Amino acid sequence: MPDKIALNKFSVHYGPDPLLQEIDLEIQSNQILGVIGPSGSGKTTFLRALNRMNELQPGFTASGRIMLDGEDIYGLDYDAVSLRKKVGMVFAMPVPLPMSIHENIIYGPKLSAGRGWKYDEAVVESSLKAAFLWDEVRDRLKTSALRLSGGQQQRLCLARTLALEPEVILLDEPCSGLDPVSTAKIEEALTILKERYTVILVTNNTKQAARVADRTAFFLMGKLVEEGTTQQMFTAPKDKRTSDYITGRFG
Amino acid sequence: MKLDPKNTQRAAVAVLGSATLLTLTALIFIIVFVLEKGLPVLNWSFLTGAPQDMGRAGGIFPAIAGSVALTVLAVLLAAPLGVGTAVYLTEYTRESRLTAIIRFGADCLAGIPSIIFGLFGFILFVTILKMGWSLLAGGLTLALMILPTIIRTTEEAIKAVPLSYREVSYSLGATRWQTVYKVILPNALPGILTGVMLGVGRSLGETAAVIFTAGSSLRMPASIFDSVRTMAVHFYLLAREGISAENAYGTAAALIIAVLSVNLLAYWMMNRMVAKRT
Repeated sequence: MPDKIALNKFSVHYGPDPLLQEIDLEIQSNQILGVIGPSGSGKTTFLRALNRMNELQPGFTASGRIMLDGEDIYGLDYDAVSLRKKVGMVFAMPVPLPMSIHENIIYGPKLSAGRGWKYDEAVVESSLKAAFLWDEVRDRLKTSALRLSGGQQQRLCLARTLALEPEVILLDEPCSGLDPVSTAKIEEALTILKERYTVILVTNNTKQAARVADRTAFFLMGKLVEEGTTQQMFTAPKDKRTSDYITGRFG
Repeated sequence: MKLDPKNTQRAAVAVLGSATLLTLTALIFIIVFVLEKGLPVLNWSFLTGAPQDMGRAGGIFPAIAGSVALTVLAVLLAAPLGVGTAVYLTEYTRESRLTAIIRFGADCLAGIPSIIFGLFGFILFVTILKMGWSLLAGGLTLALMILPTIIRTTEEAIKAVPLSYREVSYSLGATRWQTVYKVILPNALPGILTGVMLGVGRSLGETAAVIFTAGSSLRMPASIFDSVRTMAVHFYLLAREGISAENAYGTAAALIIAVLSVNLLAYWMMNRMVAKRT
């Protein structure tokens, strides 16, 4: 099976400072890749490189290549807007847009529908169900999304991303502010979602990576130290720094 | 003498409280003073009647019409231009020397005395462009005058929209314009409205710039090429020429009530907008 995503000597600089250095990594589809590492290790920069969010802030420069289905997403004629529809993202802090639950979900589908504003209404129910939120909000889709609890808001953000019908889902510490019950719901959703999507999960919680990831990558100071199956990474890491981090000796 | 925190706290409350009280007193004094003198004159026929004998008798309807027409025209011209400029400066350009210069220019423009705008409007619109004293020349001049305020308040309102909203919008595949149109402008709208209302207030109360460009005709305007007299100008002329102090205060009262109700309407609209989204 060909790689879904392949990074080739990919680097990111912020001004003169290197944030990611010559990353080589292949990511398969229908798997969850867990990305772990201490803060400042480049996890988030790596994630935001995959849907070209870094470039929205002035000062970021990228070099090297990231291939998505064999196409260089940093190629000159690759459109970042269409890339972000294929590669959806859920942020660390839940950010519902200040509109109704319904409007949040259809925000993405409506954008690509163009002038007719036509979109498939069924996407609202299917995406909310996939994010395990449907039963809690089915009777109040028209109320403001800001009234949901933090855990519900994050599941709404996941549903909103799913409504794009993306191929890849990027999650940036999606459970960092959530209680254990909400966390379990998100994790359950992810393990089902990987049957249809490629999932990349950045997490500060190594146990979460161990629970849900098929493969795990360990970043340290802008470099990819090691990547392998989650089982191998957590039982027999090749690099001493990986085992130090996983066992909690630093970080 | 060293003050302990408890006493400094008491002193702060006293100083800040009396500052607030002083401001309120001045405001209330002005309003009460004008209304006391003006309200007895205000009645339906004064508001809807045509002035007679230069305003010594009759009503002020043409002046009300003039004020409304001129302000509406100025805001219709300035609001789209100002909001567009502010969106361009905040969302489409990166901070640079050029944007700093544009911003500095807008700030300077906001501080220019209105009579200078009047002179400029008289030379450019009335004379060179041969519009004569007219609604159009006055509206264009007032639009230029309130433009900087609208630009700067809109900019601040746009900057106050959280960065995370923009990121979410882009991450969902929105273009820059879609993000501006669907997320930024709706969320900045209450702030933008504040800027527009400041502009409305300035237009309603302006005299110097208006006399030079829209003239002071007491007839009902039939088109934008006709000269008009606003309530503020009418008040000024009645008082300045000693025509009728009574009717001058009546006009002033009508003007104050108009400004207050416009502000109340704006507050009501803002609250509704904010309430709708939360």
